[in-house]
Amino acid sequence: MPSVAPYDFDELVEAALFLKGEPVFALADGTVRFPAGGERTVEAHAGGLLSARLDPAGGRLITGGEDGRVVAVTSDASVSELASIGRKWVNRVAAGPSGVVGFAVGRSAFVCFADGKVKEFAQQRTVEDIAFAPKGLRLATARYDGATLFFAGTDSAPTELEWKGAHIGITFSPDGRFLVTSMQENALHGWRLDDGRHMRMAGYPSKVKSWSWSAKGRWLATAGAQVAVVWPFAGKDGPMGKPPLELGLRGGDIMVTSVACHPTEDMAAIGYADGMILAARFADQKEALLRRGGKGAVQTMGWDASGSRLVFGSETGEAGMVDITG
Amino acid sequence: MSETLPATADQIPVTVLTGYLGSGKTTLLNRILSEDHGRRYAVIVNEFGEIGIDNDLIVESDEEIYEMNNGCVCCTVRGDLVRVVEGLTRRKGRFDAILVETTGLADPVPVAQTFFMDDDVRAKTKLDAVVALVDAKHLPLRLKDSKEAEDQIAFADVVLLNKTDLVTPEELAKVEATIRAINPHAVIHHTQRAEIPLDRVLGQGAFDLSRVLDNDPAFLEEAEHAHEHDDHVCGPDCDHDHHHHGHDHHDHDHHDHDHDHHHGALSDIHDVTVVSVSLRGGELDPRKFFPWIQAITQEQGPNILRLKGIIAFSDDPDRYVVQGVHMIIEGDHQRAWREDERRESRLVFIGRELDRKALEEDFARCAAKAA
Repeated sequence: MPSVAPYDFDELVEAALFLKGEPVFALADGTVRFPAGGERTVEAHAGGLLSARLDPAGGRLITGGEDGRVVAVTSDASVSELASIGRKWVNRVAAGPSGVVGFAVGRSAFVCFADGKVKEFAQQRTVEDIAFAPKGLRLATARYDGATLFFAGTDSAPTELEWKGAHIGITFSPDGRFLVTSMQENALHGWRLDDGRHMRMAGYPSKVKSWSWSAKGRWLATAGAQVAVVWPFAGKDGPMGKPPLELGLRGGDIMVTSVACHPTEDMAAIGYADGMILAARFADQKEALLRRGGKGAVQTMGWDASGSRLVFGSETGEAGMVDITG
Repeated sequence: MSETLPATADQIPVTVLTGYLGSGKTTLLNRILSEDHGRRYAVIVNEFGEIGIDNDLIVESDEEIYEMNNGCVCCTVRGDLVRVVEGLTRRKGRFDAILVETTGLADPVPVAQTFFMDDDVRAKTKLDAVVALVDAKHLPLRLKDSKEAEDQIAFADVVLLNKTDLVTPEELAKVEATIRAINPHAVIHHTQRAEIPLDRVLGQGAFDLSRVLDNDPAFLEEAEHAHEHDDHVCGPDCDHDHHHHGHDHHDHDHHDHDHDHHHGALSDIHDVTVVSVSLRGGELDPRKFFPWIQAITQEQGPNILRLKGIIAFSDDPDRYVVQGVHMIIEGDHQRAWREDERRESRLVFIGRELDRKALEEDFARCAAKAA
């Protein structure tokens, strides 16, 4: 069994990730912790932190909070404010190409360009989530009854993708061919962007609150069931007409609450409601135990660039770093 | 029918405040936020607007009604509340209770349903009560021009009849009679400037199955009569004079349960479209009752605003309690019947276009012994 360096923060861990090889934890209380090599704590938000996502290109963490601010945190534990929107919650943040950051506040999506200019895209309904396409300044928002695509650098009319129901999460496939949303109705929906063809991925017993694209984007691993449901996206038609892989079935009703695909191999770390973490390989479904369990559900996990270390954080604040090389 | 999740101390109570613009919601909220009660409340408002208090637990939220994509038109939730409640409850021990202020025109049903239909919200919070503020002066006008005002009263557990200083005793009696006609089961308090002890508004447990019908004035009143007491009571929390409304609607025959008097007599104020149907019987057969209650809530869910009941099943030593909103219904065993209690089944519907006769006949057919 690999070694685990445990941390306990006593607050929900919204994001666990590596910044330039250093383990970093963004907590719901608004702080960002750097526990390795002499613990450092920075306050990113007053009140609470609502969203924290990695900006892989910029090597920084983007966070949004109850204080209406969007900030960037770097590996040297410095915090810089990117935008401040006043007394409203910044519900979701997303990092785009070329230092561009997007964020969702109420019924508006905002894009903050590298030069600090902020542009608002007002919408009819609440922006539930926001994501950037891998190339170009293309932004997508999840909303009631569908998704909306914008070209952030222009004022051209948005493209509306309709599908009945409340869409609450959104992600582009790494090759930019597919857009996938998670829904209030315990399902995923997808669109093939070149022709708008629909994909329905249903059958989850709960909402899908964690997902992760595999190395090279051939698979989308998802939480929200008693197994990690891994949809194939390699073919021209994506998952249409193909069954998903189901990995990490443990028996009983213990739900998968977090997934994180390995950065180079076709395998995923699978975190459960009881704190256990397994790694499972897609090709042969072989499993390895990474953590026995804990007090709370695994909320977030992140691999380092080489895929030898995994950080995790739970709803109850338990966290840690697993070294899979032993 | 879903079995109730066990209530845990971790579930934060949520009170929903409804009421038209000018009914006094903001006044009440300001009092709750500024009074020295030693408790911390998170308040979800539609607009920061008039709340003049700076508090990091006041959250602005855009009303988002999400129809669930499950083929049921009445299965709606407030998407914004799902998100805000999720955000607020991530940090433990941050506050003691949540208050949700709705807009004047808001439909209270999606707000309430959010606390039953969303698993995450349900795991972390429990709906405590829906409190409607009513402006004594302007209610007749409101009822004339909107269905929402009537819905808010029909759906409420507690009604604060506010601004009583702005009306004459006669006007007040009439307004209260109107409220009673729409909702005979709510606890009514008279207030001026929304002044009320907070324990009459918060911590009511109105959706708590273990307390179903405990505070229901119409229910208690009938129970009193069943035990042959003559005291006219309006519920344990009643703090006002009851005699004003006696003639309008409380002066009925409690033994034949004909509640048609709840409308008609009030047409000079408003033609009430909400009706309440109270059903009463002896022991029921669970093999008849459950299929019926499920079918009736499936078929007539959109017309049913609230339902509550205490059921005596044959060969069952425990009281079975049910409560529901539209098509959502939950039930559970509550406690053993006491020796001195009559093993009676009671079921109350509040809604529109309810077929009283059909409900009565169907309910009678659920009897354990053929009548």
